[in-house]
Amino acid sequence: MNIIACVKQVPDTEAQIKVKADGSGIEEGQIKWVMNPYDEYGVEEALRLKEKNGGDVTIVSLGPARAMETIRTALAMGADKAVHICDPAFDNADAFVVGNALAAVIKTLPHDIILCGQRAIDDDAGQVGAMLAEALNLPQLTLVTKLDFAGSSVKVIRPIEGAQLLIETSLPCVVTAQKGLNEPRYASLPGIMKAKKKPVDVKNAAALGIATEAKAKVAKTIPPPARAAGKIICGEDPVQKAAELGRLLREEAKAI
Amino acid sequence: MAKGVMIVAEQRDGALRKISLELAATARKLADQSGDEVSAILLGSGIEGLAAQLGKYGVDKVFVGDSPAMEPYITEAHAAIVAKVVKDNDPAILLMGASVQGKDLSSRVAAKLATGLATDCTDVKIADGKLLAIRPMYAGKCFGEIVTNSNPAMASLRPNVFPAVENAKAGAVVKVDAAVDAASIKSKVLEVQKDTSGKVDLTEANVIVSGGRGMKGPEGFSILEELAGVLKGTVGASRAAVDAGWKLQKDQVGQTGKVVSPNLYIACGISGAIQHLAGMSSSKCIVAINKDAEAPIFTRADYGVVDDLFKVVPELTAVCKKMLA
Ligand SMILES: Cc1cc2nc3c(=O)[nH]c(=O)nc-3n(C[C@@H](O)[C@H](O)[C@H](O)COP(=O)(O)OP(=O)(O)OC[C@H]3O[C@@H](n4cnc5c(N)ncnc54)[C@H](O)[C@@H]3O)c2cc1C
Ligand SMILES: Cc1cc2nc3c(=O)[nH]c(=O)nc-3n(C[C@H](O)[C@H](O)[C@H](O)COP(=O)(O)OP(=O)(O)OC[C@H]3O[C@@H](n4cnc5c(N)ncnc54)[C@H](O)[C@@H]3O)c2cc1C
Repeated sequence: MNIIACVKQVPDTEAQIKVKADGSGIEEGQIKWVMNPYDEYGVEEALRLKEKNGGDVTIVSLGPARAMETIRTALAMGADKAVHICDPAFDNADAFVVGNALAAVIKTLPHDIILCGQRAIDDDAGQVGAMLAEALNLPQLTLVTKLDFAGSSVKVIRPIEGAQLLIETSLPCVVTAQKGLNEPRYASLPGIMKAKKKPVDVKNAAALGIATEAKAKVAKTIPPPARAAGKIICGEDPVQKAAELGRLLREEAKAI
Repeated sequence: MAKGVMIVAEQRDGALRKISLELAATARKLADQSGDEVSAILLGSGIEGLAAQLGKYGVDKVFVGDSPAMEPYITEAHAAIVAKVVKDNDPAILLMGASVQGKDLSSRVAAKLATGLATDCTDVKIADGKLLAIRPMYAGKCFGEIVTNSNPAMASLRPNVFPAVENAKAGAVVKVDAAVDAASIKSKVLEVQKDTSGKVDLTEANVIVSGGRGMKGPEGFSILEELAGVLKGTVGASRAAVDAGWKLQKDQVGQTGKVVSPNLYIACGISGAIQHLAGMSSSKCIVAINKDAEAPIFTRADYGVVDDLFKVVPELTAVCKKMLA
């Protein structure tokens, strides 16, 4: 089974995000970079598919030189090899460009199933899986919490508002992972040692032969709107405080 | 030249979802700035009757694709029809919901139309004759103003954020062919397992009462259920409560759970970790009940009570019951 897992390097969820004074983006200086948490579920699922059914797992990642660290993490978890798309031409890429770039690489690789995270927690676009699926003309199964492989098809559970769907799709297909799919493993020490020797193919934009002009542009990055300071309800007696809270919610906030 | 605002309405089991009305009213507001038309795409089986309701919320024209092939929702089938109707009618702006279905569909349609899409927007306006879409990024730690240079400019709107205001227009039905080549559809819905609890999904709830590690165990949540029952709300949870097995994954609010924006969010025994705030910061009124005055949740709360939740919550339930009686 040929399995592809797409991973993106993102700021750690604890990272303080500071908007640049001119609104052109965020200050990257202090940020600690990690693998997108949803991609951990994708990589874990890829490894489990391989362990059960044989085959190999290829990591594909687009990002600057620092993304290599995240690629090594995926290799240390157990993936076999990787492609790193690295070119300043992608600095202002949007999901459309990223999806097409990943597709251009994946087209050249044998693939039965392609795993992505349901969204990257930095830009929170949640688009790349679908963009990639369209570029490869494959079915997509987004926001999946359970995946069963059955020879030439997969069955997945996909929660929607107020229900869960059981969907079957033929291979190859694109699946986007969300929390609940599995419990991602940590890289072991031997895994980390082995990862250093695993092959990573670095490709630039020219090698892919795709347009790098973004369709959507972040014209400006702005800090979140300020929230007025809240009211702390004082007093000693919880009963009184609850009554005051109820009154404020009804009369002042009109929320009840 | 591309003109007008188009929405993709969402229906389930023959009823329009609330996000569809929010989309219609928002599209109306945008279109009125330039005197343009609002149109809607409505897909499903036996759903033509829903067009009138879209009219009530400001839609001039409804492209109805009524066909068994459109039910249940399958990405490939819906994306093919939506892309075709959009190409045939060339709107300048295309809006969808950032619901589970809307997110899935909007990304695929944007790819088919080779255009830009701003996901999960909390505000949209017209600036210099173009759509300016405002959306949280980095889990709400900053916001991006997104401009699209290709047509149509696409945006998906966060549910529960945009008001659904009535503004009666014609809602005239235009039938479209929604037949799809069965061989091109690779996915099949085998089963729909409905949540029979009768609770509104967190993403659509007006009131959410959430509990965290401070609930001490699954039994603790019963007092939240009671409060939610009185307020006609839904109970949510922090990741700590979900990972401990006290609540289900579908109940989790936050960066790796659901993003919610109810009118009222009551956080009980939740410290307010950045990843939790990511999921509920756009709520209109936030209440925190926590015994630790230093808990970060208080920095986001409109109203805070520093005390034992097991004493405060049942009292609050009693007070609310009395007020609403
Ligand atoms: C400084 C800066 C400027 C930017 N400028 C623009 C801009 O002008 N226009 C614009 O639209 N966006 C811009 N972006 C965001 C853009 O680069 C996003 O990465 C892109 O839109 C994809 O969206 P996403 O990362 O949210 O991916 P999502 O769609 O949320 O990602 C879903 C999944 O797709 C896969 N994936 C996503 N990205 C990659 C990747 N690089 N490599 C491998 N797998 C991946 C992962 O599996 C991921 O879990 C900018 C970002 C920065 C930091
Ligand atoms: C990648 C990543 C993704 C994550 N995603 C999410 C996510 O989606 N959602 C999420 O919620 N978290 C998420 N987290 C976890 C997050 O960092 C926190 O660990 C989690 O939110 C803490 O949950 P909590 O507030 O319930 O627990 P705690 O932080 O332990 O807080 C419990 C609170 O209860 C209070 N308390 C205790 N007893 C009482 C009492 N009797 N009365 C009143 N107050 C009381 C305490 O004072 C304390 O403030 C994520 C973390 C990571 C690393």
